[in-house]
Amino acid sequence: MNLDFSDEQKQLREQVRRFLSENCTSETVRSILEGPESYDKELYQGLAELGVLGAAIPEEYGGVGLTHLELCVVAEELGRVLAPVPVSSSIYLTAEFLMLAGSEKQKETWLPKLASGEAIGAFAFAEGQGRMAPAKIKATVSGGKLSGTKSPVADGDVADVLVVAAKNEKGNVSLYLVEAAAKGVSRETLETIDPTRSQARITFDGAPAELLGAEGDGWHIATQVLDRAAVLMAFEQVGGADRSLEIARDYALERMAFGRPIGSFQAVKHILADMYVSATLARSNCYYGAWALNSGAAEFPVAAATARVSATTAFQHCAKNNIQVHGGMGFTWAFDCHLYYRRSNALAVALGSLSSWESQLIERMSAGNAEQAA
Amino acid sequence: MDFKDTPEEAAFRAEVRAWIDANAPKHLEGELKRASFGSNGIASEDPIAAGKAWQKKKAEAGWACLHWPKEYGGGARTPIERVIWGQEEGPYAALTGVFTIGHGMCGPTVMSWASEEHKRELLPPLASGETVWCQLFSEPASGSDLAGLRTRAVKADDGSGDWIINGQKIWTSGAQYSDWGLLITRTNPDVPKHKGLTMFFLNMKSPGVEVRPIKQANGQSSFNEVYFTDVRIPDSQRLGEVGQGWEVSLTTLMNERLSIGSGMSTGFPELFRFCMEAEIDGAPAVDDSGVRSKLAQFAVKQSGLKYTGMRAISALSKGETPGPENSIGKLVAGAAMQELSMFALDLQGEAGVLWNEDSPQQGRFQAMLMRSPATRIEGGSDEILRNIIGERVLGLPGDIRVDKNVAFKDIPTSGRKN
Ligand SMILES: Cc1cc2nc3c(=O)[nH]c(=O)nc-3n(C[C@H](O)[C@H](O)[C@H](O)COP(=O)(O)OP(=O)(O)OC[C@H]3O[C@@H](n4cnc5c(N)ncnc54)[C@H](O)[C@@H]3O)c2cc1C
Repeated sequence: MNLDFSDEQKQLREQVRRFLSENCTSETVRSILEGPESYDKELYQGLAELGVLGAAIPEEYGGVGLTHLELCVVAEELGRVLAPVPVSSSIYLTAEFLMLAGSEKQKETWLPKLASGEAIGAFAFAEGQGRMAPAKIKATVSGGKLSGTKSPVADGDVADVLVVAAKNEKGNVSLYLVEAAAKGVSRETLETIDPTRSQARITFDGAPAELLGAEGDGWHIATQVLDRAAVLMAFEQVGGADRSLEIARDYALERMAFGRPIGSFQAVKHILADMYVSATLARSNCYYGAWALNSGAAEFPVAAATARVSATTAFQHCAKNNIQVHGGMGFTWAFDCHLYYRRSNALAVALGSLSSWESQLIERMSAGNAEQAA
Repeated sequence: MDFKDTPEEAAFRAEVRAWIDANAPKHLEGELKRASFGSNGIASEDPIAAGKAWQKKKAEAGWACLHWPKEYGGGARTPIERVIWGQEEGPYAALTGVFTIGHGMCGPTVMSWASEEHKRELLPPLASGETVWCQLFSEPASGSDLAGLRTRAVKADDGSGDWIINGQKIWTSGAQYSDWGLLITRTNPDVPKHKGLTMFFLNMKSPGVEVRPIKQANGQSSFNEVYFTDVRIPDSQRLGEVGQGWEVSLTTLMNERLSIGSGMSTGFPELFRFCMEAEIDGAPAVDDSGVRSKLAQFAVKQSGLKYTGMRAISALSKGETPGPENSIGKLVAGAAMQELSMFALDLQGEAGVLWNEDSPQQGRFQAMLMRSPATRIEGGSDEILRNIIGERVLGLPGDIRVDKNVAFKDIPTSGRKN
């Protein structure tokens, strides 16, 4: 038994952290938040060159051929700095869809481009409010043509290729690959609480759609890929939670009130201790999720939901309390607290909301065995 | 990153499993599993005798105190082997809860501070369960602020070198059946409070020691008041130098957090099973979305603690030393138990008020409800644990200490008589 990353993986972490400290500063994040761009192209290209995008993609498809553990390490670092890039849509989701269900030709066409950053992918599932569910899908494919509206689609405005969930002629949910530049696809960028991860409304009007995976297997495939993405995103969330704690701790040491650093007041100290507790529990659950993801353990579905619920809870907890510890400064645009607060709340509803993951966790545990979590 | 056993670990596990299978008191398994959060709640036998018998059996086969060296009656096993043992021992571990303080806290303190002769005399019978130890630290006016204790030790004036103890300890778990106690006393009230303390080990059957069980809020009596009237302790039973008691006590307290915090259950598996059986409006409670949400949050606390423990073990087996981050175990588990039992009662509806046999699930959650306040206090209260995390893990400034450089006798205290 060894619940830790290897020395090589820790080296990779250092390398990515160094790269990001130079290439993804608070100004980088703010230029996307405040500017017209949906993501930072230079940063994305830099990550591609570093081999980060293709970390878990096999070499034969233009990747680096490492494992999902390395991708977890990378995800945590991206989360720490709130990297404004479409990695989750393109790599955690689209690339995973292709690797799991794509035909040889689909993999050969798209994986090298995703790994090199030449193309961006996105997953179009949601159609308005409420929890993800197959019954809610109204988009249809008939004779290879897709019609319907998907919203919100994370990074949908910048994606080159879309994985779309739609119903076939028989009413079964299937997945389709659609090129965003194709005729019949129109899209608009939506306003969100966190513009550093853009969202779009995409309308399909008879757009050419290519089946991805077996017909009628869409929900099944999507569940598996969402589980994988959930672990990776959970690492981003833990990175964000940890960083929020660090920022709050540093401020608590520096800011004086009543002649003492505010971190010497127990009310503040205890807020910080509780942030540490939730971030630590989430990190441990994420290691469990990473192991199950990488080893293909039977308990993976439970482990994925565990990591996701724990990390969502921790990031929201740490980000909101980071503002509290900063007092009025925390509520200014100038301080970074709101960047973390935005991202924590945006990620909390990405890939399905917290309550839906809570529900899935318990459903999966009841289907399996309570002792798994004991 | 790997959760699976290495071939050596698998072989060790098989050996442990076979031995437990052949030797454990199987007839008690059901009762032990029903008792709330691993307490030795068996009613069919004398729990102390049953605990001693199981410990003795383990010791004879080399399974006692796996974290101790062999020469003191231990098993000299690696941290991972200890985890495997714990997983396989399962509910039977609760049988030997009576030794937790001895094995987890007093033993390691004796090991660090006693003479070689005393170690060889005291530790093997402790490992094999022949002797029970208690921790005589807290006093009515000093719990969290342990260094404010007032039990006095003064040199006997007969030239024997012996010490004479007078004072009172309180909340002493297991004192009523203990053979030995680890006793911290004040030997000098004229210096600041941390500097005037001295540690001893004491035979609990010594003349002048009086143990009075305290009836607890949950109706049981596991802790006691202990009075000392001119109790005599030979100087050879001193641990550390005169005035070094605080340092010695830190060994105990550090081991305490490690030993009671690690592997503590929040009670989640029991709650989960209950929610599979209980009904809301004719459907299993576990299908209700509100229930699921609560359960999921308890589930990730439980697993988060479990894997945090595994990360600590992984670090330990690479030679890193366990630190103050282990305070997280009891802090999370204690609060979770309390919330969880309240939630279970809520699901039981009006029957949630019932106690013991009359109540749903044989009163397991009611017992948890009534015990959990203590978990949030004993071995360092929630607030003290948060201070430890804030100061020692996160590096925040210490609390303001108005009594720091003041002679102990000049420090104002609540209800001080002298
Ligand atoms: C079931 C049980 C078993 C026990 N067994 C033993 C035993 O075997 N041996 C033994 O020696 N002791 C034992 N104890 C005693 C235990 O260690 C103390 O109860 C504990 O340390 C708290 O001290 P106190 O009760 O004096 O509370 P106090 O110290 O009076 O605390 C009262 C309240 O004030 C808070 N507080 C105190 N100081 C601070 C501070 N600096 N910052 C913030 N808040 C603070 C506390 O958190 C608490 O909420 C046991 C206690 C229990 C409940």
